[in-house]
Amino acid sequence: MILTSPSQRRDLLARSHTVAMVGASPNVIRPSYFVFSYLRTRGSLEVVPINPAVQDIDGVKAYPNLAAYAAERGAPDIVDVFRKASDAPQVAREAIAAGAKAIWFQYGVVNDEAIRLADEAGLDVVVDRCIKVESARFDGGLSIGGHNSGVISSRRPAGRVAT
Amino acid sequence: MEDHEFGFRTRALHAGTPPDPTTGARAMPIYLSSSFVFDSTEHAAELFALRTYGNIYSRIGNPTVAAFEERMASLEGGLGGVATASGLSAQLSAVLSIAQSGDHIVSAASLYGGTITQFSVTLKRMGIECTLVPGDDVAAFSAAVRPNTKLIFTETIGNPLGNVADLSALARVAHDAGIPFVVDNTFATPALCRPIEWGADIVTNSATKFIGGHGTVIGGIIVESGTFPWGAKHPLLSEPSPGYHDMNFAETFGEFAFLMRARAEVLRDVGACLSPMNAWLLLQGLETLPLRMRAHVENARAIAAFLRGRDEVAWINYAELDDSPYRALAQRYLPLGAGAIFTFGLRGGREAGRAFIEALELWSHLANVGDAKSLVIHPASTTHQQLTDSEMTAAGVTPEMVRLSVGLEDVADLIWDLENGLRAARAAATVRA
Repeated sequence: MILTSPSQRRDLLARSHTVAMVGASPNVIRPSYFVFSYLRTRGSLEVVPINPAVQDIDGVKAYPNLAAYAAERGAPDIVDVFRKASDAPQVAREAIAAGAKAIWFQYGVVNDEAIRLADEAGLDVVVDRCIKVESARFDGGLSIGGHNSGVISSRRPAGRVAT
Repeated sequence: MEDHEFGFRTRALHAGTPPDPTTGARAMPIYLSSSFVFDSTEHAAELFALRTYGNIYSRIGNPTVAAFEERMASLEGGLGGVATASGLSAQLSAVLSIAQSGDHIVSAASLYGGTITQFSVTLKRMGIECTLVPGDDVAAFSAAVRPNTKLIFTETIGNPLGNVADLSALARVAHDAGIPFVVDNTFATPALCRPIEWGADIVTNSATKFIGGHGTVIGGIIVESGTFPWGAKHPLLSEPSPGYHDMNFAETFGEFAFLMRARAEVLRDVGACLSPMNAWLLLQGLETLPLRMRAHVENARAIAAFLRGRDEVAWINYAELDDSPYRALAQRYLPLGAGAIFTFGLRGGREAGRAFIEALELWSHLANVGDAKSLVIHPASTTHQQLTDSEMTAAGVTPEMVRLSVGLEDVADLIWDLENGLRAARAAATVRA
């Protein structure tokens, strides 16, 4: 199912534990490193790099592809995709084969074929969103930065970033 | 959280301020702490590298200030906000986030006098040149754009001329030139106009005015849409930043590039931050902004109608009046009302204006607008006195002009006081004749 609403993204993040990040970079000024490092240090999701060019990122063992990840660690809850849009269908096929429950296409990774493949295989699909931004939207991180989270609630927040 | 679009009044009360997670406090606590402890050295490093969200030091960010920023971003319909010490520092910080020495900006000439001076004197000293063009002349904005022009600036409602900017047309000029459109929304507030809905990319507000609403604190805010495509024309955002290990803000932060740079480089280095105390008062003000703006407009309409019927009054510049050249623009961009600040001219010129102001009892003679209390001033000798004659003419300031900021008092009392003033003005004009 293609998830389009904020509450669907919040619920996906809440029920997920593992993220396999395809295209995670060890270069400290790359967006994928920012997202990897954020998820790793926040600790609510276990993030693992999928990148054949590196052994590890910040001590977290990297896997050359999703099949290798799944063989050793089982199916990932979310496959997070930092690849160019034209590579997305191949990543979607690999994610389906690895048994991923959801696939998350980062900003700009928009490919209709990849979306259709994943959706038809029963994966939850998020498109053109950032998993860091959406995590921060619901745990208070965006709000700490003065950003418009869109969250309106008079309930005492649980699990927000301690300030 | 349900997927529901909350209305403006609800967001004015709630956006940015869920109950405090630590204490359950329903009102936003005032976090009067200069600095915030780190969980670990790794956490500190992540914060300083801008890779995680959190508080470091209140010059860069503070929980109470962030609540104000988020609420303003919600009300203006933007991606986020950066609060500043004043409206002028909001404008300066917005410009410095995009432009540097050797660059150029184009602005409407009909602006608050302090903004004109900031642009034409202080920015010039920093190597940023400003061309001021007639605010009504869309083609003049277009003609003034050069290869090194970085932004187009206007006020929604010009101070003190009361001209209403053609926001959609100016946004088109800016976007055709590949540059952002920056709008100061102080006189309208997001309760009456949301420039981002009309194509603006960046909105500034002097929060000192209607946002605070009670004439108490000085503050400002930048809100950004998050939709402007920062590219090669904007190297401060799209080229490696030496301040952050050669990180490229546009590539790393995407839609958040401007907001991140405005905070992490400009606010950090300029230092014009908003105090948490002031942010708290501004949050209080925002809770009633939609209600107050409706009441301000109602009183302003009554005052304009009163003045219109008086012989002592030569002219009134209020965009709601049927003979205003800005009526059509006001109906389009300000359907709930053209604000509560307008000017009028007294027969008898500067002397009549002086006698009028000095005879008033209830209207406060001071240099501010947007207070709950009614205010009056003579721009030519105060807010715009530092301008050259030609700048003053371009700003629409004439010697006989009186500016009113209509407050929330009983309108009968405001009119009673104005009658006293007009009597004094007539006497002064008669003596002079």
